[in-house]
Amino acid sequence: MELPADVKKKLTLPFEEHFYAGHTACQGCGAALGLRYVLKAYGGKAIFTIPACCSTIIAGPWPYTALNAPLFHTAFETTGAVISGIEAALKAKGYKVKGEDGIMVVGWAGDGGTADIGLQALSGFLERGHDALYIMYDNEAYMNTGIQRSSSTPYGAWTTNTPGGKKHFLEQRPKKKVIDIVIAHKPAYAATASVAYPEDFMRKLKKAQTIKGPAFIQLFAPCPTGWRSPTDKTIEIARLAVQTAYFPLFEYENGKYKINMPSPNKEPKPLEEFLKLQGRFKYMTKEDIETLQEWVLREWEELKKKAEVFG
Amino acid sequence: MPKKVVSGNYAAAYAVKHARVEVVAAYPITPQTSIIEKIAEFIANGEVENLQYVPVESEHSAMAACIGASATGARTFTATSAQGLALMHEMLHWAAGARLPIVMVDVNRAMAPPWSVWDDQTDSLSQRDTGWLQFYAENNQEVYDGVLMAFKIAEHEKVNLPVMIVESAFILSHTYDVVDMPEQEEIDEFLPPRKPLYTLTDFENPFSVGALGTPADYYEFRYKIAKAMEEAKKVIKEVGKEYGERFGRDYSQMIELYRTDDAEIVFMGMGSLMGTVKEAVDILRSEGYKVGAAKVRWFRPFPREELYELAKNVEGIAVLDRNFSFGQEGILFNEAKGVLYNTDARPIMKNYIVGLGGRDLTVNDVKAIAKNMKEIIEKGKLDREIEWYHLKR
Ligand SMILES: Cc1ncc(C[n+]2csc(CCOP(=O)(O)OP(=O)(O)O)c2C)c(N)n1
Ligand code: SF4
Repeated sequence: MELPADVKKKLTLPFEEHFYAGHTACQGCGAALGLRYVLKAYGGKAIFTIPACCSTIIAGPWPYTALNAPLFHTAFETTGAVISGIEAALKAKGYKVKGEDGIMVVGWAGDGGTADIGLQALSGFLERGHDALYIMYDNEAYMNTGIQRSSSTPYGAWTTNTPGGKKHFLEQRPKKKVIDIVIAHKPAYAATASVAYPEDFMRKLKKAQTIKGPAFIQLFAPCPTGWRSPTDKTIEIARLAVQTAYFPLFEYENGKYKINMPSPNKEPKPLEEFLKLQGRFKYMTKEDIETLQEWVLREWEELKKKAEVFG
Repeated sequence: MPKKVVSGNYAAAYAVKHARVEVVAAYPITPQTSIIEKIAEFIANGEVENLQYVPVESEHSAMAACIGASATGARTFTATSAQGLALMHEMLHWAAGARLPIVMVDVNRAMAPPWSVWDDQTDSLSQRDTGWLQFYAENNQEVYDGVLMAFKIAEHEKVNLPVMIVESAFILSHTYDVVDMPEQEEIDEFLPPRKPLYTLTDFENPFSVGALGTPADYYEFRYKIAKAMEEAKKVIKEVGKEYGERFGRDYSQMIELYRTDDAEIVFMGMGSLMGTVKEAVDILRSEGYKVGAAKVRWFRPFPREELYELAKNVEGIAVLDRNFSFGQEGILFNEAKGVLYNTDARPIMKNYIVGLGGRDLTVNDVKAIAKNMKEIIEKGKLDREIEWYHLKR
C-alpha cells in the first residue's frame, strides 16, 4: 500500500509490516508487539532464532509463520549458541553481517530462556564477541508453561508456583539484574527498552545494527495473561514501569551509561501506580509494597550514580 | 597417494581439513581434545581457508552452534566424548529433527562414575535413537575415510541427517598408524561443496524451521526421518563403493565380513576390538577352527539385510559388546538378536560383555571365547545367554 505523502511524513516508524496478522499471541501481548518492531527495524533482513517460549507459539505452527524473515526454532537454553553458529556460518560463507545492507542475526528469547536456563549460552555469546543481537523480551515469568516464576520475576508477584495464599507465599526474591550480568561482559552495546516507547526501541535496534560486536537489549513486554492485567492496559503498564523507575530505559556503550527515561532529575512516580493495574500484585501487603518500592528506588539511585560516574 | 603417520584424532582433523569444513564448534574433553587442537593449528598456520572455529562454553552449546551454522548452509563439524556427548543429547535430536548434515567424531569413552577416560561404547550407543547415523571405525584409516564419507552421506539429498563417526579412546585416538590420504583435488571431486536442503539466508522466500508440529503433522515428520534412514543404507553402499573405486578402500558393505565364507562360528562386534578379533581368527583358523569375523561398521542405520544373509549360513554368533544396557544385555547383541527373530536364520547367539572401561580384549580371550562357543554348538544348548567375560572372580 502506498501512503499519501503527508501521512508518510508523520510516521516515526517504518510503515512496512513484516510481522503478519494471523500470529497467535494473546490480546494485548507485549512480546508480539516487540517482535513487530524488530521486524520493522530490519525490514525482514534478519535471521531469527527463537527458543522454547511464548514466541514459539506466537510465530505460528507448521507450516505457517507470522514472520516475513527466516526463523529457526531452537531448544530452550540455546539461543546464545545458535546465533553464534549462524554468525560464524555467515562469516565463513562471506556474507555481510550487520550494517545497513548486511544481515542481522537476532536471538529473541524470553526472560526464562535468558536469565535462567540460557544464561550460560548468553554468556558464551557475549564473551566470544559474536556480531549478533540478543533480545530478551521480559515478561517476568515463564508464560509458555503457564506463569511460573523466573529469576526475572519481581518480589511480591503472584505466579502459579509462588501463589499467594493463607501462608502468604509470593515471590520472595528481587528481580535478577540480567542487564548487569550482560554489562559485566563488556559487550559492544547493551540497553533496556520498552514496548511503550517504540521510537526509543527502534533507535536502539538501529544502533545494534551499526555497532560491531555483540549487542543485547532487554525489552519490557507486559503479558496480560500472566500479569492478570486488562488487555488494553499493556502500554499504560509499560509506560508506568518506566515512569516509576521500576524499569528505567538506559544504554551502555563503550563503558558508558546513558539514562534515556525517566529523567534522572525528576522524582519517579510512586510504584503503586504501576502495581495496582496488575492482578499479580494484588496479594502484596502494605509492607511488601514498601519493600519493593525501596528496592526500586535503591536500584534507581545506583543507576543514576553509574550514569554520573561513567557517563 | 600421500601417507601420513598420525593418531586417530589427527586422522579425523586431517579429514576435516580435506573436507573443506566451514564451521567447527567444539568443547574440549579427553580423549577428543587433540582433534580440535589440530584443527585450531591448521587455522593458525593458514592451512585452511574460510574455516570458522567457535570455542563454545559447553558441548550443549557446541551442538547448538553447529545446528545454527549448518542451518545457515555451512559444512559443519564437531567432536566430543562421553560426558560431552551425554550433555549434547537434547541437541542431537534437534540436529536430526531439523535435518542437518552435521558430522561429529565421538571418541568412545566410558561414562562416569567412576571416572574413566578409557574405551567403552555405551556413550555413543546411548544416543542410538536420536536420528544420527553411526559408523564405528576399526583403525585410524577408517576414522579418516569415515569422516570424508560421512559428509557425502549426510549431505546426500535423500539423507540430510547427521552422522557420528566413532573411534576408540586411546586405542585409536592416541595411537599412531599409517593413514593414506588422497590428494586434495581428488577429494574435492569426491566431495563437492554442500548443496543444502534449505538455508536461513533465504530472504526471498522466508520460512521457519522447527515450528510447532501438531498431532496432525508431527507423525509424518518422523516417518520422513525413518525413510531417510532406510534410504541412507543405499547411499552408504553407493558412497562406500565410489570411495573404493576412487581411493582403493571399499566400504560398500555395512558389515565387513572376514573369513566368514565357510565359518561355523562368527565373532560379531564393532570398532577397534575387531582388529584383535581378526588376528585371533587367523590363529584359530590355523588351529582348525572354522571361525570368521563380522565387523558391524554402521550401527545406524542397522544393516538388517546383511546380518540376515550372514546368519543364514552360520551355526553360532558370538556378539562381543564393549557396552551394556543395564537391566537388559549388550546393545549390539540385543539388536542383532531382534533382527533375526522373525526370520528363518536362527543361529545360536551368545553375548560376551568385554572390555568395558578400556579393559583389554586379547587374542587369547577371543580364543577362549571360540572354545566356549564350540562347546555350546556341540551341545546345541547355551550355557548362559550373557557372559561378563572379564569379570574378576
Ligand atoms: C530443557 C527444557 N526445559 C523446560 C522446557 C519447558 N518450557 C518451555 S517454554 C518454558 C518457559 C519459557 O519462559 P520464558 O523464557 O520466560 O518465555 P515466555 O514463555 O515467558 O515468553 C519452559 C519452562 C523446555 N522446553 N525445555
Ligand atoms: S501468555 Fe503473555 S507473553 Fe504469552 S502470548 Fe499471551 S500475552 Fe503474550
